[in-house]
Amino acid sequence: MTQSTIDAATFEELKATAGADFVRELVDTFLADAPEMLKGLRQALEDGDAERFRRVAHTLKSNSNTFGAATLAVLARQLELGGLGGVRGDAGAQLDALDAEYARVAQALAELGRA
Amino acid sequence: MRDRGTRAATLLVVDDNKVNRLLLARNLDLMGHRVAVAENGRVALDTARRESFDLVLLDIEMPEMNGFEVLGEMRSDLQLRDVPVIVTSSLEGLENVVRCIELGAEDYLTKPVNPILLKARIGASLEKKRLRDQQKEMVRRFAAPEVAQDLQREGFALGGKRVAASVMFSDIRNFTPLAESQPPEDTIELLNTYYTLMFDAIGGQGGIVSQIAGDGLMAIFGAPIAMPGHCDAAVKAALEMIELVELFSREQARAGKPGIRIGIGIASGEMVAGYTGTNERATYTCIGDTVNLASRLEAHTKVANQAIIIDAVTREGMHGAVDVEALGPLTVRGKTRAVDVFAVRVSRLS
Repeated sequence: MTQSTIDAATFEELKATAGADFVRELVDTFLADAPEMLKGLRQALEDGDAERFRRVAHTLKSNSNTFGAATLAVLARQLELGGLGGVRGDAGAQLDALDAEYARVAQALAELGRA
Repeated sequence: MRDRGTRAATLLVVDDNKVNRLLLARNLDLMGHRVAVAENGRVALDTARRESFDLVLLDIEMPEMNGFEVLGEMRSDLQLRDVPVIVTSSLEGLENVVRCIELGAEDYLTKPVNPILLKARIGASLEKKRLRDQQKEMVRRFAAPEVAQDLQREGFALGGKRVAASVMFSDIRNFTPLAESQPPEDTIELLNTYYTLMFDAIGGQGGIVSQIAGDGLMAIFGAPIAMPGHCDAAVKAALEMIELVELFSREQARAGKPGIRIGIGIASGEMVAGYTGTNERATYTCIGDTVNLASRLEAHTKVANQAIIIDAVTREGMHGAVDVEALGPLTVRGKTRAVDVFAVRVSRLS
């Protein structure tokens, strides 16, 4: 792993501009929504719904960038730009990697939220 | 933390993603703005049509109706086309940015949006909108509503189109000695009252005042919006103007102030109507022989000692019961042949 799960500078800046309490709520919102996005990606893959796949990956990328979840953002971006075609073959593996990284992000964000 | 230096505006944040929506709304709230949110393009358009916004922050990737579609719909909606839109998107590719700008977006910010950049861009957009609103207000105040609407609908372009219309010139008789006989403040007040009355009479018949200069004015009936009964409308407006001026003069007399009299010339026919001037300063007007004739007829009212003089085309185009008196042929400058002119009988107020 070359990039940190959560980029501290980005996260600190977010807290400084939006307020720590607000960012705690924002994290909770993300942690509540993200599992739906991950499920949505698998569902879109199964349905062959390229448009939905791209859109969900796009949203996940966007949110990851907001919190400084750099690695998760990179993985989501690959899915967004690669589309359904890009993951065919080892789609499962790529989505597994995404799930695993999300688990790390969720844990890190939860810890930062308690801090 | 809340910034009170910024002029508060009402903004609409459009984003399907809750985290993005909350964060943007929070940033704007901290800048001191009022914020409403919409979770897709369809909801955004409904909200924007229901309420009034100074600025829209628009995401592109959305279900139901995406940002491109929202931009397209906003541009073709008279009510929404002047509301500035800043696109906030993490969509990659220059072609997407270009497409947004081509569709009329004011700016394109990449998500996650840097709050300082956001503030600067919003400030610039709101300032531009304020100037545009000011301009619209000026147009509204100094141009006829029909012209303002025509400008909004058709956009501004110099050059004209041929229309069939009636044109009217009116001015105050012996205005110079009147102006010299009283303080300038009184003259301004008199002119303002006079113009208010004249605008009412002309607007009431569907005409527009295209120019005012000193004590004179020019009005058009039948452009920019075509009007089948433009001859009747112009003559009716003229009669009303004479009556209003007489009432006004009586009021002036009661206050020990001087009264006024006006002369009106009306000619009808084909003319070219449109915006003339430069791109910086232009006015909606009509030009052509008909316009020149109307101006000459107005001048002739003094010679003939008549209140209203109309040309033969106006006379023939009238359907209403109005008393006219043939004054015979009149030779006007710029015309090789004499033209038949008529005086409209004005019933004296008792």
